[in-house]
Amino acid sequence: MTGRAARRAFLFVVALVLVATLWELYKAIGPDDGGELFGFPVLPRTGERAMPHTWEMVSRLTDPEVRGDPTPIWQAVLGYAWYTFRMALGGLIFGAVFGTFLAVIMARFRVVERGLLPYVIISQTVPLIALAPQVAALGGNWDLPRWTWVSALGAFLAFFPVAVATLRGLSAAPAASLELMDSYAAGWWTTLVKLRFPAAVPHIIPGLKLAATASVVGVIVSEISTGVRGVGFAALTYGQRATSDPEMVYTAVFGAAVLGLCMFGLVVGLETLVMRNRPRELAGE
Amino acid sequence: MRAVTIESVTMTFNSDGPNEVVALSDIDLAIEPGEFVALIGPSGCGKSTLLRLIANLISPTGGSIEVNGKSPEQARRDQDYGMAFQQSGLFEWRTVQKNVELPLEVKGWSKRDRASRATEMLELVKLEDFAEHMPWQLSGGMQQRVAIARALASHPPLLLMDEPFGALDEMTREHMQAELLRICAAAETTVVFVTHSIPEAVYLSDRVVVMTPRPGRITTVVDVDLGGGRDEDTREDQRFFEKITEVREALRGAELGVGARGIEDR
Repeated sequence: MTGRAARRAFLFVVALVLVATLWELYKAIGPDDGGELFGFPVLPRTGERAMPHTWEMVSRLTDPEVRGDPTPIWQAVLGYAWYTFRMALGGLIFGAVFGTFLAVIMARFRVVERGLLPYVIISQTVPLIALAPQVAALGGNWDLPRWTWVSALGAFLAFFPVAVATLRGLSAAPAASLELMDSYAAGWWTTLVKLRFPAAVPHIIPGLKLAATASVVGVIVSEISTGVRGVGFAALTYGQRATSDPEMVYTAVFGAAVLGLCMFGLVVGLETLVMRNRPRELAGE
Repeated sequence: MRAVTIESVTMTFNSDGPNEVVALSDIDLAIEPGEFVALIGPSGCGKSTLLRLIANLISPTGGSIEVNGKSPEQARRDQDYGMAFQQSGLFEWRTVQKNVELPLEVKGWSKRDRASRATEMLELVKLEDFAEHMPWQLSGGMQQRVAIARALASHPPLLLMDEPFGALDEMTREHMQAELLRICAAAETTVVFVTHSIPEAVYLSDRVVVMTPRPGRITTVVDVDLGGGRDEDTREDQRFFEKITEVREALRGAELGVGARGIEDR
């Protein structure tokens, strides 16, 4: 287990170095003003403004956010990321609970499944960027703190994979086990709690992994269109200074990446916890 | 009071449809308390269907069934029987002990009562040292013993088994047969046991019910009076072989023109 974790950490570092190397390699050999192919601009520019050196992005982390401020920018970025993380976590938890609830009532009543599932799917085709200001206005009407509706938009993206995965998982219990519960004259609820739900867990976990990433994306996008000051908003404002300070936006990108990894790691940790007693071949991977 | 009474039971699947199948036709069978009855026959003779009718997992299209002097549905609600299948069907996320406690949980027993009963049952199947193991850490034979412990956990007067040893190797199987007789004698349980194997049926049973397919019917009931205690010597006893021959001939006689399928001679 620890050997495997160490190997994974090693591979992660190797992948990082590889990406940085590719970046620098292209920067070294690519045309400064980009390149055109049949009149279309396909090759990105490699100038300092478009592609700063990787080491300059990293060293920018220790410079201040605003000139004259003694605190380095990484602290500010970490603060934004932490705020976004909490909103995304709230979105994930709320989305997971809501998604599970939807799946359970859809599994219970076939009529509900037939009536509701199309709307659940349609809900995911609504562009978030258009929805966010509407939800923000609604939240304003109810006088809720602004982070709640950004969180809610994360949940809006997160509930879907959980609902679909759980719905599938709830029908994964073997027929013989269902018959066994039947032979005990167990009711629907008892069968759900003691058999269907535990049997669904290996299906729910991958849904949660998708939901974790979706919640982060939802929150970051919503920040941009509602002006809540998390890491997504920071990326937007830093990006506006690309001309004079091209490395700055990358500090926010790093912050968002770390936040996404932490979120994913949280779900993987949860998986290890709930799957610890399951047979290997069913324990994911 | 009889353990099971079956009177002119008929079971038709997809009745009146183009795929109508008469699974069972005009079945009469009475099983006394404490009896061990095996149902044997080729695939499609309806022996599993008969077991599921007794268990009230399906309802007959004709005739009547009584279990423990009650309707099968009432007997199911009262957990008057335990069931074991070919696959042990243990819940992989529960420890061995929690698996045995499952029927008691459904019945609403207190935690302490459940634990003490589970310990008692695991001692009965000689797996008390494995209470905290997960099912997948056990061998197939041990898993099947846990399944039997689970089936008997609420001390039901009746045990229904559908080829419970069908997936085990021959050595484990013979061992499990002896264990089952010991366990059922200790718990004074009536057993209805579906099997493909003639020696298994003869070794275990007081009576072997021979069935034929299309439509499923009972053709012969062979009394196996091998006396009380059966042990490993029974398997080499002349009377054991005579009974095996008797059951085999009953099966063959019943199947003239039908063709035997799915009967093991071992």
